Amino acid sequence: MKDLSQEVATGPLLSVRGLTKRYGNHIGCGDVSFDLWPGEVMGIVGESGSGKTTLLRSMAGHLTPDEGQVIFATRAHGACDTVTMSEPERRMLGRTDWAFVHQHARDGLRMGVSAGGNVGERLMAVGARHYGDIRGQAADWLERVEIAASRIDDRPTTFSGGMQQRLQIARNLVTGPRLVFMDEPTGGLDVSVQARLLDLLRGLVRDMGLSAVIVTHDLAVVRLLADRLMVMKDGHVVEAGLTDQVLDDPQHAYSQLLVSSVLQV
Amino acid sequence: MTDQSYNFAYLDEQTKRMIRRAILKGLAVPGYQVPFASREMPMPYGWGTGGVQVSAAVLTPDDTFKVIDQGADDTTNAVSIRKFFEKTASVATTTHTGEADVIQTRHRIPEEPLTEDQILVYQVPIPEPLRFLEPRETETRKMHALEEYGLMHVRLYEDIARHGHIATAYAYPVRVEGRYVMDPSPIPKFDNPKLESPAIQLFGAGREQRIYALPPYSKVVSLDFEDHPFDPSKAPHPCALCGADDSYLDEIITDDRGGRMFVCSDTDYCTARRDAGHLGEQAQ
Repeated sequence: MKDLSQEVATGPLLSVRGLTKRYGNHIGCGDVSFDLWPGEVMGIVGESGSGKTTLLRSMAGHLTPDEGQVIFATRAHGACDTVTMSEPERRMLGRTDWAFVHQHARDGLRMGVSAGGNVGERLMAVGARHYGDIRGQAADWLERVEIAASRIDDRPTTFSGGMQQRLQIARNLVTGPRLVFMDEPTGGLDVSVQARLLDLLRGLVRDMGLSAVIVTHDLAVVRLLADRLMVMKDGHVVEAGLTDQVLDDPQHAYSQLLVSSVLQV
Repeated sequence: MTDQSYNFAYLDEQTKRMIRRAILKGLAVPGYQVPFASREMPMPYGWGTGGVQVSAAVLTPDDTFKVIDQGADDTTNAVSIRKFFEKTASVATTTHTGEADVIQTRHRIPEEPLTEDQILVYQVPIPEPLRFLEPRETETRKMHALEEYGLMHVRLYEDIARHGHIATAYAYPVRVEGRYVMDPSPIPKFDNPKLESPAIQLFGAGREQRIYALPPYSKVVSLDFEDHPFDPSKAPHPCALCGADDSYLDEIITDDRGGRMFVCSDTDYCTARRDAGHLGEQAQ
């Protein structure tokens, strides 16, 4: 018999095989396959409507894919196909080993609940029942994402856009996930705030050894964060490879267009 | 006298069967909210249409019926519902907790311990304990089904963060038999320990069309944090009329110069104590 635990330790964290999501006759994303290794950051770029977000949401279980497998190396049972696993298991994964950072912080935060409550929610969802501990961890995480601990009882409605996004990241990372899905984490933020957020993300990814899948249309973001890159067009992956390789020497016509479209300042 | 133009207890027999089925299902799955086809009742929503339908379904002609509203037998809501069943079912009515077979209540559990022969019917405005945290019904149902109750603690967390203690004083969420989280209707949290009772407890929400139930002796745990345990608090006074220091008190403003008195909210309990010779500070 094969030793599964060995395979988990050495194999990919996430294997996507032939993932397809259709909207009627229209293809959201078609036949996408890739492996994500522990500690690796994968970038997915492409123009609006190219199926990036559909792919991300299908992987994260927010959408049910029509075909394909999303095999995740779980802590307890080794490699499991998250598409066919039961809903309670998948939702449990969503609260523990997975994290999802939405483009709009409002979608990922509870706006009526204080910052501390937002960060503590995932802890309480996995069974933390000690107020002092929860609050301590919340304060610690606010500090790590550069939000003053004195704002722990303020609601996110009183936060700026950048702070809300950082709060959303803290809320997602507090349970120590191994895989983070990010949907345009820097979208809608001004450039200086973007730079700080990217800095922060880079630090967190490195310190925690996170694996991440980042969807973005901003090539600068993937240049900074991603190890590998996939370029999508019309629901299909047209080019994949190391970030620098794809950005500096694009092979596919669309990748070349994409890279040459970036304004040089 | 019964008004012969009504069926016994107002509702037709088919409707009562439907409600009884929902009650039985509720008793079989303690704390689970069973949907039922709530009927229009001759009173506005918010006046206990859910409780009235449950009472109508469980009443028999031999029963003695009692209605309390915030503990009192003589307030508008209690009087009108009592009159309603006197007229439509001609059941005997009482104000004494011990003599009643079916007690319909709004916002209180009687002080006098209930027995195995009694049924307590609650009027419930909002049966979903997660409602103000999660507005989507599809999502709250899923959360109940998958036992995802972390959000309930977020509410308690917010209480402590804002007030320094769990400030939820009524409709305090409970977990039934280690499974469903339930809203015990807006009873004061002082009454929460009394939810573990020998009596059958039925909860009816008319507008929201839900019935749920607690079978006798069900285990009911009030949610809390390890370092902020549940505290069934009440006003730190004895009753001004009967001197009881173990009952839930209403604060009554007596003048515009800060004068106030604390009296039992359970009028039957207070009257019985005074009849037995217990007198408080302001008893005449």
